[in-house]
Amino acid sequence: MSTTDTPNMTGPAPVPDNYLTYSRGIWSWLFTLDHKRIGLMYLMSVLGSFFIGGIMALLVRTQLLVPEGLIMDQDQYNQVFTLHGAIMVFLVIIPSVPAALGNFVLPIMLGAKDVAFPRLNLFSYWLWMTGALMFVLALFTGGLDTGWTFYTPYSIDTGSAMGGVIPALTGAFVLGFSSIFTGMNFIVTIHRLRPPGMTWFRMPLFLWAIYGTAIIQVLATPVLGITLALLVVERAFGIGIFNPALGGDPVLYQHFFWFYSHPAVYIMILPGMGIISDLIAVHSHRHIFGYSFIAWSSISIAIFSFLVWGHHMFTSGQSELVSVVFSLITFSVAIPSAVKVFNWLATMYKGTISWNTPMLYGMGFIFIFTIGGLTGLHLGTLGTDIHLHDTYFVVAHFHYVMMGSALIAFIGGIHHWWPKMTGRMYNENWGRIAFSLVFIGFNLTFFSQFMLGSQGMPRRYGTYPADAGFQFYHVLSTAGSYILAIGFFITAGYLIQSLLGGRRAPSNPWGGRSLEWQCTSPPPHDNFSEAPAVGDCYDFSVLRWDENEQGYVWRDDVAHPGSEDVS
Amino acid sequence: MYGQAKEHDHDHDHPDFLGHHWESPTQQFEAGKFGMWLFLTTEVLLFGGLFCAYTVWRSNHPELFRYGSQFLDTFWGATNTAVLLISSMTMAMAVTYAARGKTKAVIICLLLTLMGAAGFMAIKYVEYNHKFHEGFYPGLAFYEEPNASHLWQPLDETAVAHLAHDKTMDMDESNLLHAEALVRAELPEAPAEAVTWNKAVAGPGPGGLTTSHEQEQLAEFTAFLPEAFLGDNEDIAGELEFADGHAPGEAPHMAHPLQDPVRPVNAQKFFTIYFMMTGLHGIHVVLGGFMIIWLLYRTIRGEFSREYYTPIDLGGLYWHVVDLIWIFLFPLFYLI
Repeated sequence: MSTTDTPNMTGPAPVPDNYLTYSRGIWSWLFTLDHKRIGLMYLMSVLGSFFIGGIMALLVRTQLLVPEGLIMDQDQYNQVFTLHGAIMVFLVIIPSVPAALGNFVLPIMLGAKDVAFPRLNLFSYWLWMTGALMFVLALFTGGLDTGWTFYTPYSIDTGSAMGGVIPALTGAFVLGFSSIFTGMNFIVTIHRLRPPGMTWFRMPLFLWAIYGTAIIQVLATPVLGITLALLVVERAFGIGIFNPALGGDPVLYQHFFWFYSHPAVYIMILPGMGIISDLIAVHSHRHIFGYSFIAWSSISIAIFSFLVWGHHMFTSGQSELVSVVFSLITFSVAIPSAVKVFNWLATMYKGTISWNTPMLYGMGFIFIFTIGGLTGLHLGTLGTDIHLHDTYFVVAHFHYVMMGSALIAFIGGIHHWWPKMTGRMYNENWGRIAFSLVFIGFNLTFFSQFMLGSQGMPRRYGTYPADAGFQFYHVLSTAGSYILAIGFFITAGYLIQSLLGGRRAPSNPWGGRSLEWQCTSPPPHDNFSEAPAVGDCYDFSVLRWDENEQGYVWRDDVAHPGSEDVS
Repeated sequence: MYGQAKEHDHDHDHPDFLGHHWESPTQQFEAGKFGMWLFLTTEVLLFGGLFCAYTVWRSNHPELFRYGSQFLDTFWGATNTAVLLISSMTMAMAVTYAARGKTKAVIICLLLTLMGAAGFMAIKYVEYNHKFHEGFYPGLAFYEEPNASHLWQPLDETAVAHLAHDKTMDMDESNLLHAEALVRAELPEAPAEAVTWNKAVAGPGPGGLTTSHEQEQLAEFTAFLPEAFLGDNEDIAGELEFADGHAPGEAPHMAHPLQDPVRPVNAQKFFTIYFMMTGLHGIHVVLGGFMIIWLLYRTIRGEFSREYYTPIDLGGLYWHVVDLIWIFLFPLFYLI
């Protein structure tokens, strides 16, 4: 990446030796052990997958413009929605915040020079690449039309399900191990690499969220691994574990699958909540409200996540008692989630809110996540779930949580840490315009799907009856998806433009107090040239705006806490 | 404290083996150990899925597990348990010697452990080979023609007519096999194009044996078949279900295309879970073997010392967990 200066750039001079210029050449990136470079490679790979998955989504929406389907036949439609789901879940959302942003930010926030096991970190990235290639291979071995959940017995029926099932399963298996190794790395890093003064309850809330996520990654993903392995063997050899024709039990597959995949939902949303906790506090310039409540709610969500998988199977024939218990525990997840939302609102209350793009995404998250969370209660209720199961209501619900919350938080996080990662500022006005399009487009796309679902439109169908009154909402939804796409293309445009001609970023453009804002933008290879000063990372009163720096600096009349905290 | 790593690489307080992001060898060692325990947790969970499947299958079909487990050789299973336990001991000794800086003893102990891993896999090969020889494959292959016996040849229409016509045989407990052997013996050479044995037409059996040739054929046929096919095992004979619900010792009326008339319905499940669990465990033993070779290489190169032997310690942890999983597999399959 070029660091040559051009006259129209203002702000501080670039750091002569940063992690981007530390060494040169493609190999110095592909085999780097630097967590920042690995994080950046993850970011590019994840965004590339996001683009492909997004194109699939647009194809799905375009198909549904007219009742008989506009552009595809049924087999193609099945493939497109399956790939959209599988790519977005396994290749985009799960690695987005932990592997891409987490890898970059976590060690710096913590005050460490790297993650605990840098080689394992690189290995995990290459596992991710291998898994992604397996998905591509699935396309060339007959395609994939099972839906991202690979439900049996359809997925093991070699006669009907397409031929790409085994490569796709293997890909998901490999991606799972990539995720496990990332989680292991983060847990050990947080336990063993905190510098003096960085106590557990001085950690930024993003780290608490990543810690909770890592616990789920380590404890749930191996079960997915063995489930997918069993499914591969079932399809290849006919062992009769999930196939009812051979005395197997397809509901056992659902239990195994959701034992991982429900916790995986929290692998997706928890880091997003962590980002939002930091965004809201930093851009409101106000101390986070209820720090320990937010921290513990992350851990309790991680624990609850293991106890609710049965709510995916209310209509699959599990016992009524089990359903009642799962329904009850599902409701209790609402408590730690609501604790977070109320604390964010209380943080903003009487804060000095900067209307920066990351803050807009933060507030958008709160709005969308609240809708997504509350509609989850409809689905957790046994009676209404019978009506809403496998309709567009479910589709809308999990898009509000997965896309509108997890991905919106991810994009907010990208904007928040973009100056730190690249050393450049993006155009704030274009950021606000793009956010407006994303926010409006998203709600238009998916709120109309709540309507569709409550009126009975089933999910995963490429056509629908012309006289059922569905088309109006489908057209609204498709229009919304186009607006959403325009918003994302604008985002991509101004972010790329910022790399080429953006203003140089100061160390602390937003006024954050966590340690990453104490090192230069972009950070040096070893993160800190001197020991960082660890203090209360949400006490913003010690910072002031500096016009020369175009960023926040330490107030001259306040003592630096570093000397007393670092022994 | 946060100086450039390059400058500190050869300081006496920052030795070669210490990664640039660590403050002290103790911190690095403890982090490594913690990471290894986390990894072993994921290993236990990975096997946990299979133990869960074992539990579900066994509670659904206890008779199939009692039927299947008698074909496993407890002698070889026990020998393998002993081999792994001893190799675990030599691994522990290697760690202890490494802590004392006794490189030669470490090399000997690692070599012994490696021999344990190789011995375990050799015995596993013998066991697997025996199972495959008897036609106990995982999955649907279980019901396909065992290559051990030339008697398993396709039925043609003559044989079917013969079976349908002659129902006068008195039913003793092995008459099914009589019938099978008889039909096989009377058959001409199988036509080349008829490659699979048509299981759907195995009907009620014909009469008793008459010629010495037929008795020879029967002897060969029954010698191939494991004991329980003859119904000797009274304990489970009443519980096993055969295709179309005939009791053990009765001739089957009509077999499901996927199910063998002489093997109980779903009997492949036991062998499937057996091969899945011992196979995954075997993969771990092989990987452990490569890990020990790598540790040996680094020990011989003199990379380890009293101050730094973390890889041997962590490798030992992994090896003990592989051992521990077998300690559970052995009784679950061979003993109960």
